[in-house]
Order: sequence, then C-alpha cells, then structure tokens
Amino acid sequence: MSAAVEVQGLQRSYGSLRAVDGIGFSIGHGTCVAMLGPNGAGKTTTVEILEGYRHRDAGAVSVLGQDPANADREWRLRVGIVPQNCSDLLDLTVAECVAHFASHYPRPRTPSALIELVGLADKSTSRVSALSGGQRRRLDVALGIVGGPELLFLDEPTTGFDPEARRAFWQLIGTLKQEGTTILLTTHYMEEADALADHVIVVNRGRVVADAPPAELGARAGGHAIVRWTEGAEHFEVETPTPTSFVAELFARTGGELEGLEVRRPSLEDAYLRLIDDEAVL
Amino acid sequence: MAPRRRGGSIAWLLASWRGRARVELLLISRDRRTIIFTVMLPFILLLVLSSLLQGKPLNGGVSYAQYLTAGMIASGLVYGAFQSLSVAIPDERTNGTLKRLYGTPMPHSSYFAGKVGGVLFIYVVQVVLMLTLGAVAYGVHLPHTSSAILTFLWLSALSLISFTSLGIAFSSLAKTGQSAAAIATPIVLFLQFTSGVFFVFSKEPRWMQLIASLFPLRWLCQGMRSVFLPPSYGAAELGGGFHLGQVALMLGAWSLIGLVLCWRTFRWLPLGED
Repeated sequence: MSAAVEVQGLQRSYGSLRAVDGIGFSIGHGTCVAMLGPNGAGKTTTVEILEGYRHRDAGAVSVLGQDPANADREWRLRVGIVPQNCSDLLDLTVAECVAHFASHYPRPRTPSALIELVGLADKSTSRVSALSGGQRRRLDVALGIVGGPELLFLDEPTTGFDPEARRAFWQLIGTLKQEGTTILLTTHYMEEADALADHVIVVNRGRVVADAPPAELGARAGGHAIVRWTEGAEHFEVETPTPTSFVAELFARTGGELEGLEVRRPSLEDAYLRLIDDEAVL
Repeated sequence: MAPRRRGGSIAWLLASWRGRARVELLLISRDRRTIIFTVMLPFILLLVLSSLLQGKPLNGGVSYAQYLTAGMIASGLVYGAFQSLSVAIPDERTNGTLKRLYGTPMPHSSYFAGKVGGVLFIYVVQVVLMLTLGAVAYGVHLPHTSSAILTFLWLSALSLISFTSLGIAFSSLAKTGQSAAAIATPIVLFLQFTSGVFFVFSKEPRWMQLIASLFPLRWLCQGMRSVFLPPSYGAAELGGGFHLGQVALMLGAWSLIGLVLCWRTFRWLPLGED
C-alpha cells in the first residue's frame, strides 16, 4: 500500500527566499511523524502545502493519494487540521463550536464524547474566550478530529502548555494513534517528538537534514554516552562509546562509592542541536 | 437513484447554510460592538434627530421624522450589510476563522450564506425597531398599500444584494478590520450626507447630487422615500418623480458589480499566505 503522505523535491520561494528547497519524505499509514526545525526552516510552508492552503513552485505531493492543490470535499472529509495560533471562535461556547464543526461531516464523533475525550467536559458551556491556553488548544484538537480523519496535521499543538497539560495532551494523541490515525506533528519540544513520534524529520533551511526514528537520530549524533562524576571538589565529564567498561575501570581505580555518578545517553535534543549546528558550519 | 442522491445533497447543503447562519446570529447577538454600532445606531439617530427637529415640517407638510425614517432604514441597511461585513471579514481572515473553515469539508457557499443570514437578521431587527419608534413616538405613517409594501420588499432585496456583495468585495482591500473601518466609515458617512439620508436631496448642490447619483445609497433612499412619503411628494424629487425604474436599474447594476467583484477578489487566506 502506498504511503499516506509522499513528498518529492518540494520547492517554494517567497520573493528571493527559498523557504522550501527540495524537501522530500514519506509518511506510512498509521504512523506519527514529528517535523522538527528552527523557526523559518520551512516547516509551516511545507505543512500548509500538504494541507492544501499554500501552493508550491515545484515538486510532487501526494496526500492520501491526492494532490492537495486540488483538494475537494471528499478529501477534506479525510483530513483533520489543527492550525497554529488560532484566535477565532471566541464568542462561542465549547459545545457550540464542536457541534458546529461536527455538522460539516457525515459521520462525526459524538460531540459530548469528544469534549469528554479532550478533557473539556466541565468547560462545555464556557465561552472560548474564557479558556486557558491549554484548554483552547485542546478545543482546536477536538475540532481537528471531530470528523474522524485518517490523517491529522498538528501544527505546534502544545505551545504554552504547562507540563501537566502536555502529558494529558500526549495521552490524547496516543489514543488517536491507537485508533490508527496517521499524524504529522510539528513541534519545538524534543521530548514531545520523543514521546509521540515513530519517526522524526529534521528540517533546516528548507531541506531535510535527518529522517529517522527518534532513537536512531540520537545514535547518528555520535552515539557516545556522557559519564559524569565528582572526586573531592573536582567535577569530571567524559564522552565514551563504551560507558559500561569505562565505569568498571573507574570503579576499579577509585574502589569506592562515586559521588554524583551519572551516565547519560545523548538526548534527541542533543542530536537535534548537533544536526542544526552542523548545518550552520556548512 | 441519482435524483434521490441529488435531493439528499441539496438538503444537506441547506442544512449547512442554516448551521452557518445560526453561528452568525449567535456571534452578532453576543458582540456588543455590533449591537451598538450596527443594529442600534440608526435607531438612536432616528430618535435623537427626530426629537431635535420635531415641529419643523418639510415642504408638503411631511414631518422630518417621516422623511428621516426612509433615510435611516436605508442607512441601517448600509451599516449591516456593507460596513459591518467590510470590517468583520478582514478580522476573520486574520484571526483564523476563514482558514479553519477552508480546511473543513464545509461548502464554501455556507460561509456566505451565514453572512447573508446575519445581514438579514440585523436588517429585520433595525426595521422593526425604527418603525415601532417612528409610529409610537413621532406619528410616522407606515406604508400600508400593497404597492408600497411590494416596493419596500424588492427594494430591500436588491439593496441587500448590492450592499452585501460590495461589503464582501470591500473586505478584500484591507489587511485588518481596523484598517477596513478606517476606509469604510468615511465612505459611508460621505454617502449618507450626500445621498439624502439627513437632508432633502433635491435641495443639495448640483455637484453633490451628481457624485451621490453614481453610488447606490442615493437610489435606495429615493426608493425608500417612495415607500414612506405620500405620492404627491414625488413632485419635490429631483426630476419630479420617484422614478422607481431608474432606482431598480441602478441598484441592479451595483448588485452585478458587487457580485462580480466578490467572485473575483475574495480570499480565504491572508495576503501572502497562499
């Protein structure tokens, strides 16, 4: 079966700025892919081309077997979008919003159950203007999934969340993944990509600089572990490909309990920063 | 099979239009700015000006309130259809309303159907409020002949089409609602003062009459006067009559211009984001 999303040689310029300069990747059905990259890397342009909002200058794009430039009603029924920075709907209540957007689909989720699912049951009669940032974002997600989409676009869904709200949100995305929804997520939070994504695409200066599962992306960044400890007043930090034998040797040498011993694998964030950094040198 | 499916899809389309109109009504009724500056303003103006100028009848014994009622109903239509849409739509373009709707399978026509529903709602409320006020407080004679009522209906319909479509077309000019208001408000004020809303049109300077005659408000006011003023007052009009054929022709032409402009210029996304 072909992939849910297939992108080849995608290009888009704004004046003389090449915002997207030959991006290509594919997303398998039922997988969750996170797109990472600094501001201005071309993430939003790419995603909005896939959503059928923006046009492209060159390249081949297939989303659920169709070119989003020719998006029709049938295609829109299968695609859910959670856009960035929404400040609309303020004078409606949560329940009114969900009911209204449900009415655009032939077989929508039950509004009350959906409101429950996104954790807004006690807010359903509140005006949207009275919601907190996190609650508002959960409503945005509810509106994105009300039609039961096969493919969901989430553009920076958790910006401004407190840690608890973020965890709750991740659980919600986990539920959608279990239901078989294909998800393309853009985010600035590495731990979010790590927690949710089967696959990570790092974009910088309009090009894909890495495309791998989160764990492999870490390995690609050198794969060396960092060992830290303290002897007396002195702090040590060593990068090593063989942390187990390094610690064994260390123990043999000092023969006792090591103060502040810590063995750390490079995080996705380390890997990401290294990837972006390498680019800057080039 | 095919005709049945077609019937089903039309029913579904109508339901979608109704759903969007319902949302527009909720938004209008909850927005204090719209209630005051769009729904209530013509009522307030009618109240204040009629009180100030009470007891100063115009030529032919017509009370000022009677004359002003025609003009304020015309003005209310312009506020609700042209001015409020030309400001609300840029706001909805910048706050993401249009982008979100564009990303759903909602038929695009539903957005416009909702706007039309909102405009109609505002107009009906304005007319009921002003006619009640006029009749109760200033002895305004309401149209009662079937020909006057018929004229009122086609005149309202044609004017709603032209000013709604012009408002939607105008909304594509400005980036934000605020900048749209800065352009639309002076235009509306200028047209009100020159088109015979407050002052007797036939007594205006010739150049003013000529400019106002290019735009639809002058013709809407003239048509409304034919509804609210006695037939004999037609003699005091420019050209010695209400000339309803000419009124229909000008409003029809502006409807056509407005609809073509809407069709050609409407944008779902902010400029540069497509």
